[in-house]
Amino acid sequence: MTAPDPELPERSTAHWILLGMKGILSPPALILTTAFFGFAGLCREAGISWQEAAFMTAVVWALPAKIILIGAITAGTSLPAAAFAVALSSLRMTPMVVALMPELRGPKTRTPTLLFLSHFVAITAWVFAMERMEDIPRDKRAAFFGGFAVTLTAINTVLVAIVFNLMGQLPALATGALAFLTPVYFFTSLYGSARDFSGRLALFCGMAALPPAHLLSPGYELLVAGIGGGIVAYAGGRLLKARREVA
Amino acid sequence: MSDWAYSNVVPWWPYVFILLGGWLPTDMWRYLGVLSANRIDETGEAAAIARTIATSLVAAVIAQLVFYPSGALADIPTWVRVTSLAAGFAAFELSRRRILLGILAAELVIGGWALVVGLG
Repeated sequence: MTAPDPELPERSTAHWILLGMKGILSPPALILTTAFFGFAGLCREAGISWQEAAFMTAVVWALPAKIILIGAITAGTSLPAAAFAVALSSLRMTPMVVALMPELRGPKTRTPTLLFLSHFVAITAWVFAMERMEDIPRDKRAAFFGGFAVTLTAINTVLVAIVFNLMGQLPALATGALAFLTPVYFFTSLYGSARDFSGRLALFCGMAALPPAHLLSPGYELLVAGIGGGIVAYAGGRLLKARREVA
Repeated sequence: MSDWAYSNVVPWWPYVFILLGGWLPTDMWRYLGVLSANRIDETGEAAAIARTIATSLVAAVIAQLVFYPSGALADIPTWVRVTSLAAGFAAFELSRRRILLGILAAELVIGGWALVVGLG
């Protein structure tokens, strides 16, 4: 899609916002919403309030960052260590946003608008936007992305609050089963989206490193297992690559 | 250490903890992405190690939930949690990587266990 179709009348900004909002019914957005049911269960298990769970959804948004924060809360991690772990996990936001900006920026898009919109960047919204941007007129891209990403965040924030409260009516087992959505969601989605062997290795190394880290450094087990497992996986990936090149 | 950990004794502390421990270390990278003019090499070695650490951190939380859970998850025996995750992964792989089917299979294991022991 290069030149806009001359047959089509110029569509208004509101039209593009609505079209973006419709994207919340796309399969990836619906799968993410399922994951947020699990997140609500996880928050309840961690002992935080529904207001805190909804606040966290709105201000952090990226689900990996949030489950690491919940993990830190459960493990009794100190604030600096928790922030450091979250910062390591959110580091990849920078290249994602950098790649998105040339697609998103129109001739008149202001930097404050882009800073505001960047808050809603996480894997789902990023993939959604990168797939569709070239079909959207450049001056309407910010509206389209905002329509999708802001709505997705808002709906899931409200959903976390509602599901969290509804779970008070459910037996404890149902809450546990819902909370268990989160590890299954992340295990499968990380495995599926791993670019290479080292990505899958990182998944297994991080899991394998947690029990010893839990025993040796209580309170810092996530950081120790995450960094340790990540470095081992990176080295393992390199080693395999070197061997393949020799063979 | 415990002074700086999460607690809800002071009503505003959880929100400060979430803002400084969650919002700041996530949004700073997003803002940096908007403000940095030059491209970042995603194929470099530094980016590769950042990726494996990010994956490994989430994997550690997965292991925490499977091996050392709190709350109602702890009432589900460890072998059921491990079987549930394994069944979820197997269903995901067998269904050509459909996440929802993986989740369904994992939940069926927990539901099946609950029925057998009479908790359902």
